[in-house]
Order: sequence, then structure tokens, then C-alpha cells
Amino acid sequence: MSIILDKVNYCYSEGTAYQIQALKDINLEILDGQFIGIIGHTGSGKSTLTQLLNGLLKATSGNIYVDGKDIYDEDYNMRDLRNKVGLVFQYPDHQLFETTNFEDVCFGPKNQGLDRKEIELRAFEALRNVGFPEELYYQPPFDLSGGQKRRVAIAGVLAMKPDVLILDEPTAGLDPAGRDEILGLVARMHKELGITIILVSHSMEDVAKYVDRLIVMNQGEVMYDGAPKEVFPHYKELEAVGLAAPQVTYLMHELKEKGLDVNVNATTVKEAAEDILHALQ
Amino acid sequence: MIRDITIGQYYPAESAIHKLDPRVKLFSTLIYIIALFCFRGIAGFVIITAALAAVIKISKVPFKFMVKGLKAIVILLLITGVFNLLFTPGDITIWSWGPFKLTDAGISNAILMVLRLIYLILGTSLMTLTTTPNQLTDGLEKVLGPLNKIHVPVHAIAMMMSIALRFIPILIEETDKIMKAQMARGADFENGNLIQKARNMIPLLIPLFVSAFRRADDLAMAMEARCYSGGEGRTKMKPLTYDKKDYIAYILDSVFIVLVVAARVFVPFPM
Ligand SMILES: Nc1ncnc2c1ncn2[C@@H]1O[C@H](COP(=O)(O)OP(=O)(O)O)[C@@H](O)[C@H]1O
Ligand SMILES: [Mg+2]
Repeated sequence: MSIILDKVNYCYSEGTAYQIQALKDINLEILDGQFIGIIGHTGSGKSTLTQLLNGLLKATSGNIYVDGKDIYDEDYNMRDLRNKVGLVFQYPDHQLFETTNFEDVCFGPKNQGLDRKEIELRAFEALRNVGFPEELYYQPPFDLSGGQKRRVAIAGVLAMKPDVLILDEPTAGLDPAGRDEILGLVARMHKELGITIILVSHSMEDVAKYVDRLIVMNQGEVMYDGAPKEVFPHYKELEAVGLAAPQVTYLMHELKEKGLDVNVNATTVKEAAEDILHALQ
Repeated sequence: MIRDITIGQYYPAESAIHKLDPRVKLFSTLIYIIALFCFRGIAGFVIITAALAAVIKISKVPFKFMVKGLKAIVILLLITGVFNLLFTPGDITIWSWGPFKLTDAGISNAILMVLRLIYLILGTSLMTLTTTPNQLTDGLEKVLGPLNKIHVPVHAIAMMMSIALRFIPILIEETDKIMKAQMARGADFENGNLIQKARNMIPLLIPLFVSAFRRADDLAMAMEARCYSGGEGRTKMKPLTYDKKDYIAYILDSVFIVLVVAARVFVPFPM
């Protein structure tokens, strides 16, 4: 499934004293099966962009085409779009409401009008896919830890079997262990389920390891769009807008300056380690 | 969508009205409301209109913004107008049908009541538009302070009011976010009959309540951690003090009272 954004603008509270231009002239093409990271400072418009992609917000101007169809056409089926593009919001507390975790995951498929058997099947599958412990299936969602709540929230969207899964800052408020678990889980889902994944984050370190395309947002505009290897060489510019390249990028550049012949484009620790070993031999 | 509600909103601007002491604004609004219901005759009406227009002008709040608040009470205005029009007995009956009759007194009553309501809303919303909720409760606390002597917990009431007001925008924003999160999972808040609609609200209301209780808990803890123990011996960061413009405002208030009373005594017609 492909999504194309053509000159998309979005303005909050248009025509009032509180008007905010959250997105400016966004052009993007999202292809089937990609693993995309959207990175940007707080307030750079990441969340706004994700809500445009599944039709929760309507662009102030510009067009969005999903599979070649204009989603702002009058006869376009918005419900259909929300089934295809799943969006997991930043705070799981905003969506958990049922008496048990299992029932909560059933909410999405139920709204899709499936029969009870299919609904439960999907809920089981989704909970298994996010690695949620079975003994908690029938516990209330309100006493879970932050990481477990995130899993239930992700499962709740996954159970709808979307073609594109968008996760808005899924690691916010988690400790390093919880963060790695969730990111590992997302990477595994991309590989095993073959769906397109858009991962929103404000930390380069988080996404560099996993994604094959990075979109850097700054003040409502796309600043860079490309593979991590193409984006990180701009680490000085990234710093200027309050972001940072992964630490290995800095290390490799410093080593290079000191005269060691290393590849400055290494993005993961493993790559860097091998490269340094190679250079030292 | 939910953000378009304007009643009780603050409109930030740099104006003399914004800078007035909240007590002055409370007192002036009270005078204005009394005048609105006691004036008689065209002269009194002109004086009130002029005063309101002048204050709106000085406040720099766009008139368009104020009219938006009126939209919420259009129905109330219509009902008031129609009832007064059709059910007031008078000397001259122009038209009648069963229990309904259109009289001279009915027409003037209807016009008067509708105008009074419009002016009431404009005047009071002007006060909330130019005063932050915090200033307003500070002002109320100070004005009602003497009631402490007869064991009315003025400080506690003011504190509860300011916390409630403070949380309204936060809860509105939260509602917006929860609605979106559930809509992303296919929830439908618009279609269906009354019972279905009520049932569809559950996924919205439960997270909202859970979060409101959690916030209340956190706030109580944070206040306790900073040794909050009620109003006894508590001082203000920004104590309310009158200065020159506040005294000028009180003088203008007095002039206003004198004019409205004079108009009532000397020109008590045609209303
Ligand atoms: N519901 C809203 N109403 C008004 N302004 C908003 C709203 N949501 C976000 N904004 C503003 O839009 C801009 C972009 O916000 P957002 O998309 O949430 O950024 P990010 O997710 O990158 O932090 C910010 O300036 C923010 O203050
Ligand atoms: Mg965000």
C-alpha cells in the first residue's frame, strides 16, 4: 500500500488568535513494506503528520493519495482508511478502557464488524505477537506497568490487521530496558508480519539501529529524508535543530580527524566496532 | 471541534481593562447587572449601551469573538422573546388567537427581555474574557474574605474554584486526544440512536475519569509535598493592590450609577 502526500499543509485553530501552522508543504511518498523513522524535536509536527495519514485530521490544503485514491474525495471511505492505517497514540492511557486486557484488544476488531470467533482469534494473535504474558490476559489494564500497557495498546491496533502501523513515540516514559524491548518488538513485527511501519521518535539513538529510511522534521517541514547513512553525515545541522546523531557517528568522525582510516558512515555500534578493528589491523 | 467553546474563556490582550484589579471588575459587573435590570426609559438604555460599547472598545477583545459566545444562547433568546410576545396582557390587543395575544406591552416586554439577556451575556463574558481565572478567584477570595468570620471556608472555596477552572482546558484537550485514539480503533461517536450513542461514550468516559482521578491524586500529593495547609497564614505572591487606574474605574462606576438613576427619575419613558 502506498501513501503519497502532495504539498500538505496543516494549521491548528485556523483564523483565530491562536493559529499555529503545524505542517508546511509536506511532500512524501511512503512505499509498501518500508520501515520508516520520523524524527524531530518536540513540537516539530510529528504527531500532526501521523494523524493526517489515517484521516483523523484533514489537511488545511494539499492532497493525500492512498493506493492512488484521493482520501479527501467525497465518496472515499474513511473507515476503510482507518482499518488500513493503524495508529498507536503516544499515551496508552488514552485508549485502555475495558475490564480486561483481552477485551480491550477486541475493541478494534469488534468495530470492524467481525464475528465473535474471528475477533477473539485476532486478539489472541495480536497479544501473542506483542509478547504479552498470558497470565495477564484477563487482568484489568489499569494496573499494568508502562511497558505492558504499551504492548496492549499496540496489540489493540495490530488486531485490526492494518497494512501500515504507525507508532507515535512508543518509547516515551520507558526505562532503557523497556525501550529496547519495545523497539525490538517493533523491528520483529516488521520482519515477521511484513507490514509497513512508521516509528515516531525524538531520539536518533532509538531508531538508527532499526529503520531503513529516516524522515527528519523541523518546525513543520521535512528537513532530511533518506537512509540513515545519508542523514547522519549532516550531524552538525541536526545538532543545530536540537537533535543529535548516534554517538558512534561522533566517535567515528573524531577517529577520522585523529588520522585513523575508518568509515564515518557506520550507524550501529557493531558496524563501528568491526570497522575500527579492521582499521587497526 | 471541542475547542470552539468560548464561554468562560480568557482572551489575552494588552489593554487597560485587562490590567484592572479583579475586584474592580467584579464590582463593576455587579453594578452593570443591577443597572441592566433597574433602568427605565430610552435615556437609561442609551447610557448603558454607551458604557458597554466603550468598555468593549477599550478591552481590545474583537467584537466578533464576543458574538460567538452569544450563539450558545440563541435558543434561550428565542424562547424568551416568543413567550413574552404572546403571553403578556396589555391595554391594546393587536391580534389574538386562543390563549395567544399580541399586545403593545408584549412587544415592548419581548424586546426589552431579549436585549437585557444579550447585554447580560456580553457584559459578563467581557469580564471573564479580560480576567484570568486565577485573578478572578483571587478577587473573589478577597471580596468575600469577611465571610470567614462566620465560618464560611472562603479560601477553600476559592482554591477549589481555581483548580477546577485550571483543569477545564486540560480535560478538554484530553477528551480530544482520547476521542482520536478510540476513533483510530474504529470507534464511532456520531452515528446511532440515543442508547447506542450513550454506549459508544464508554470508551471515552472511562479513560477520561481514570486520568482525572490520577491527576487529582498527583496534584494533592504535590500540594502536600509543598506543605500546603489551607488559607491560615498563607501569603500571596502577587497581593492585590489598588492603584490609580482602579480608583479612576471606581469613580467612573459612580458616575455610571448617578447617570442611570437620573435617567430613571427624569426620563422614565417610553419603557
Ligand atoms: N490540538 C492542538 N491544538 C493546537 N495546537 C496544537 C495541537 N496539537 C499540536 N499543536 C501544535 O502544533 C505543533 C506541532 O505539534 P505536534 O504535531 O504534536 O508535534 P510533535 O508530535 O512533533 O511534538 C506544536 O506547535 C503544537 O503546539
Ligand atoms: Mg508528539
